[in-house]
Amino acid sequence: MRLLLGSLFALVVAAVVGLGATYLALTRGAAFGPLTIGSWTAWPKTGTVDADPYARASIARIGRLPTALGDGVAFTASADDNGRPLDGRCDVVLAGVTPAARFWTLTLYNLDGELVANSIKRYGFTSQEIVRHADGSFEIVVAPRANAGNWLPTGGVERYVLSLRLYDTAVGVSTKAGREVPMPAVNVRSCP
Amino acid sequence: MIRWLLLALGGALLGGIVHLATIIILPRTATQDAYSRLARSAPVNTVTALPAPAPESAPMPFMDPAFASAVCRYDLSKGPLKLSVPVSPAYTSVSFYTRYDIAYYAINDRAAGRRVIELELMTTAQHNQMPEDEDITAADRLIVESPTPTGLIAIRALAPEPGLMPMARSAIAAAKCTQEDEPKASQ
Repeated sequence: MRLLLGSLFALVVAAVVGLGATYLALTRGAAFGPLTIGSWTAWPKTGTVDADPYARASIARIGRLPTALGDGVAFTASADDNGRPLDGRCDVVLAGVTPAARFWTLTLYNLDGELVANSIKRYGFTSQEIVRHADGSFEIVVAPRANAGNWLPTGGVERYVLSLRLYDTAVGVSTKAGREVPMPAVNVRSCP
Repeated sequence: MIRWLLLALGGALLGGIVHLATIIILPRTATQDAYSRLARSAPVNTVTALPAPAPESAPMPFMDPAFASAVCRYDLSKGPLKLSVPVSPAYTSVSFYTRYDIAYYAINDRAAGRRVIELELMTTAQHNQMPEDEDITAADRLIVESPTPTGLIAIRALAPEPGLMPMARSAIAAAKCTQEDEPKASQ
């Protein structure tokens, strides 16, 4: 009886620890070799055959096709530069430049990876649509209400993620965060 | 007391194994992964244009709305596949994924250096079966080896502005992926 109770206890601990760790790994998007620049993180290796088991599991669970490394690199940001989660009711400003790439796109998704409905049907920008300053830098306002300049509507959702994808770029597995890879700063301008 | 602590420690160790096992098995048991989602709408060995992602519906999550996209779900068990994709004015890419949605190769219009991206997809075994002389004379043929007999080819063309989307769509619409009837007899 003691043996039975003991093994049952050990098995329950195993199930809680094992499945709990799997759940956490999948919801937090854990994978090896992240490239983090400011608020932005990319996993260049996830777009190759060297993708680790965590990346493979998360790809299968989300149901997306990862950006292949020969195609480009996808950066995502779910928090601002101070680490606060992005809130669709606030005005958030992206300012700066991107690493060299033939094209880039910026897209806003909800946490499930769906586009967010808005009145002007704008879900993102491409590098050609952006209005820039004379020095090539740009400013994009991610906000629930219309703004002058490059306005990316949030639709007022509570949480969202931004995805900045660089296409045909030299950024890859061996890239280290540094001056050659500048990413736009993400700052909250105002919050109701 | 010590007995229970040891049992808890043993359980935690076993939990580590459970964790690794579930992570490794998950891709093989997933029913909502990109391949399974697309398998419902995309017939095998032919190019299927994907609808543009919209807030209410999207073929799969985290699609880039600036692109016109199509997929060719392939099955190489009956022979290699020929793929040709005309490039659009802005940016065109072709990415290859295994059955488990792992990208193993990608090429874009600039790397291809032509107006049409043309290549052949085959398994390693089929590549090895190719007569050697053919392999040499075909130096300008681009051959891609698939690690799995089935998988996905994602064909995508960028529309840098919304007004250019029809052009990107028409470039994608002319893409073809076709099975060669006889893998070895082709001259």
